[in-house]
Amino acid sequence: MAHAYTPGLKVTANYQVTKERILPLKGEVVVKVGDKVQPDDVVAQTHLPGPVEPMNVANILSLPPEDVGECMLKKEGDRIERGEVIALSKSFFGLFKSVAKSPIDGTIENISLVTGQVLLRGAPVPVQVKAYLQGEVVEVFENEGVAVRTWASFVQGIFGIGGETHGELMIVCRDHREILSDDKISDACRGKVIVGGSLVTAAALNKAIDVGAKGIVVGGFGDKDLRDFLGYDLGVAITGHEEKGITLVVTEGFGEIMMAQKTFELLKNNEGQLACINGATQIRAGVIRPEVVIPQDHSPAAVTGEERPENLGLTVGSPVRVIRQPYFGTLGTVTALPPQLQKLDSGSMARVLEVEFPDKKRAIIPRANVEMIEEI
Amino acid sequence: MAKNLNPEDINVILATDCGSTTTKAILIEKRDGEYRLIVRGEAPTTVEAPFEDVTMGVLNAVGEVEELSGRKLLDENGRIINPVNGNEGSDIYISTSSAGGGLQMMVAGVVRSMTAESAERAALGAGSIVMDVIASNDKRLPHEQIERIRRLRPDMILLSGGVDGGTTTHVVEIAELIAAADPRPRLGSGYNLPVIYAGNIDAREPITETLEKKTDLSIVDNLRPVLERENLLPAREKIHDLFMEHVMAQAPGYSKLMSWCDAPIMPTPGAVGSIIKTIAELEGIEAVGVDIGGATTDIFSVFQGVFNRTVSANLGMSYSVSNVFAEAGLPNVMRWVPFAMDERDLRNRVKNKMIRPTTIPQSMQELIFEQAIAKEALRLAFVQHKSFATMLKGVQQQRTIADAFEQTVSGATLVNMMSLNMLIGSGGVLSHAPRRNQAALMLIDGFLPEGITRLAVDSIFMMPQLGVLAEVHKEAAREVFKKDCLIHLGTCIAPAGQSRSGRGSVMSYRIDLPDGPRSGTLEFGRMKMFKLGLDEKTALPQTVSAVFEPARGFDLGNGKGAKVETKISGGVVGIILDGRGRPFIPPTDNATRVAKLKEWMAELQVYPEEALEKLL
Repeated sequence: MAHAYTPGLKVTANYQVTKERILPLKGEVVVKVGDKVQPDDVVAQTHLPGPVEPMNVANILSLPPEDVGECMLKKEGDRIERGEVIALSKSFFGLFKSVAKSPIDGTIENISLVTGQVLLRGAPVPVQVKAYLQGEVVEVFENEGVAVRTWASFVQGIFGIGGETHGELMIVCRDHREILSDDKISDACRGKVIVGGSLVTAAALNKAIDVGAKGIVVGGFGDKDLRDFLGYDLGVAITGHEEKGITLVVTEGFGEIMMAQKTFELLKNNEGQLACINGATQIRAGVIRPEVVIPQDHSPAAVTGEERPENLGLTVGSPVRVIRQPYFGTLGTVTALPPQLQKLDSGSMARVLEVEFPDKKRAIIPRANVEMIEEI
Repeated sequence: MAKNLNPEDINVILATDCGSTTTKAILIEKRDGEYRLIVRGEAPTTVEAPFEDVTMGVLNAVGEVEELSGRKLLDENGRIINPVNGNEGSDIYISTSSAGGGLQMMVAGVVRSMTAESAERAALGAGSIVMDVIASNDKRLPHEQIERIRRLRPDMILLSGGVDGGTTTHVVEIAELIAAADPRPRLGSGYNLPVIYAGNIDAREPITETLEKKTDLSIVDNLRPVLERENLLPAREKIHDLFMEHVMAQAPGYSKLMSWCDAPIMPTPGAVGSIIKTIAELEGIEAVGVDIGGATTDIFSVFQGVFNRTVSANLGMSYSVSNVFAEAGLPNVMRWVPFAMDERDLRNRVKNKMIRPTTIPQSMQELIFEQAIAKEALRLAFVQHKSFATMLKGVQQQRTIADAFEQTVSGATLVNMMSLNMLIGSGGVLSHAPRRNQAALMLIDGFLPEGITRLAVDSIFMMPQLGVLAEVHKEAAREVFKKDCLIHLGTCIAPAGQSRSGRGSVMSYRIDLPDGPRSGTLEFGRMKMFKLGLDEKTALPQTVSAVFEPARGFDLGNGKGAKVETKISGGVVGIILDGRGRPFIPPTDNATRVAKLKEWMAELQVYPEEALEKLL
């Protein structure tokens, strides 16, 4: 039995989601284990060093760098104000003065006698880490952050743009096939995470931003529209930092592709609930997939914690989705797994499987071109 | 873990290569006194959830080798059986790896066109994506440079500047900017950003004072010790070491894999380079090798005895395929495709391959399109390689100060397509091409060799494994390489020159094939193929005599219009005469372009005629 297969994305009604919420620099954790948190609650905070303004005092005072020290009126660590004289030189028996004035409020960071450069540090920039999920604090990492946990319905997407956000789920398409066009967007979408079917159009995306929607979850999105939306061609799939006013989670791929029916139904069953979403994607090692986390109030009767899945591989009867032309996006069931290599239309020899589609038609597909579907 | 094995005791070898997309396993056995490849297996690389453990893909690939060979290699606990016990186990397990994605770094130098440019070359040659180049004279204000460093969050910074013994001021200023930016790496708060200093040795002390506490500082030899000379190797090696550490940190399960191996894991590009260097030395030839993978395209060359390697971390067939498309542009990709495709549809297909990198083309249309992208990836990677492999590197030249300050200080490339003897391709799209003729055309269209050039592919891209095998058993590696690894495709004969009118003869030829001589005239714009295969006994290419007389204005290596009498080698494809001219200027008119593509594809029997007709 072959093990070669592409692992599928997770789509499940009951999943324990744990997120580490960590500061970029050491700071202060403001919650404790057991605290219930909402997505916008600050769980940890710190200050980033303020912006740096270099001043070449040696040049300003027309001095060699090693003489700058004698002329400084302030030393490292001293506070300074905008316009304040921080260095002064006298020449020609004290008759002529040259001054260097600080352009900012802040502190003296560093005085270099090698370069004559003085680095000024502006006011510290506050940084806060929010909970992102609605859940419970289960672990505190001292001075660094926390882990927040919740039981949730969980949908993993294939690609996304934009970062963390949250809002009430709103289904705007009739079913998983319908296109999310701009006529389906209204002011009622403000603050919501809206769910479409097979495709979101560029017009719908822009209108969603205009009305203040927080996010869109949809089956497909066109790459040409993505390029126009971002203003550049995405070269590698590393996203999440875009600040376009909305987060997009694509569940199936590029183009018009029906959202998997089970995914759509799962989202529909949770309409009106809070959804915490993140479009960040990284298709390299340390892979990150975009996600939709819908916290649930209940926890399942038998809580056994996360189980590591077995390396089961494909078997006859496995539900699969085709992830490349032809039949892209179609769901089916494996009906045969011939061990020998077979010739494809391209002429390549490959390990294949036979898939039966819902209309009972069968096709031979390379094993590399299907992905397993996890049952809900 | 590494162990000292007597080569005499090594009879069964298991070797894997963990690529960014696929993990490949090969089994080599000593039979009848010679080492031969027995079987090969593969499986998707498993760095992604739910497995997040590269060793799972290794076990899957080894499992396939077990099935196909009938030799039990894994015990009940999924451990590699060692040593051999009858028909079970292997004497040695070795591996290479490039799983884990790419390194992203910033470089900084004092002058944009000199030390900063040298630093950029060092970084690119070590396999990094260069996010930004900071220089004292790059027209940005200091606070803008600081903000840029902060925002980009590179994995590593390479700092250079100042010749040895020169002024230290500028390079220390840049170090002060870096310290002020207090750069945090991508990976989180408890990790100091690696900074490599490769500048003026006199500035080492102030640089250390400035950066030591805030960064993980390494000091290496100045990469531009004097204006006229680059010394990129120490910086590249350091970047490479840190690159592998970083890559390995990103590839979960790597430390477990290390514990399984009987020799240190070699990075894939290092292993492939080692084999290319060996071939070039053994045969006394100038060679170019390419490994076009999912995430990167690595090019290796040996010209004038100098070995160079570039790792184009932004060009590949899956993870980076969208980058290839973006950099090449739609028209450059489509110029190789003889049928129309809707741009929107094309873009979606490319992006879908990027987000689902392990898929393969099922239809002929998809195959032709992928091979067109491959040609552009090869072309772009080679452009990067040619600019890296320059005269300046390692060769001291007498230059005036004026020369040194001009943009041309980068120097002429060492790469000479006319003197190139052999072009070797590796990587899925080349080695797995359904017809070898497709691989031959991809190499020719991607690299545009001139003169007389032998073509070969790595049969099942096992060069990485053979490269690491050579470290523990040179003889086994050489034997398998000669007998099983290289598929000799044949020879490309391509006169350099252009026809202003677009017509006329490029050269006349006479080739003494085993079944009788072939002679004639090659018209401009045409290609011709003659079958000349492998010797039945040795399985090596047959060699025949040939005479070529280039037309006026065309050069086959002896000068314009000068006759060439030589021996040429065959292969599984044969002898390919390429009369399209060099430089190659494809037809701009669409109807002509499609007609010509059809003609070349038919002549070289690249695709089945019926399948091609259906698409056109």
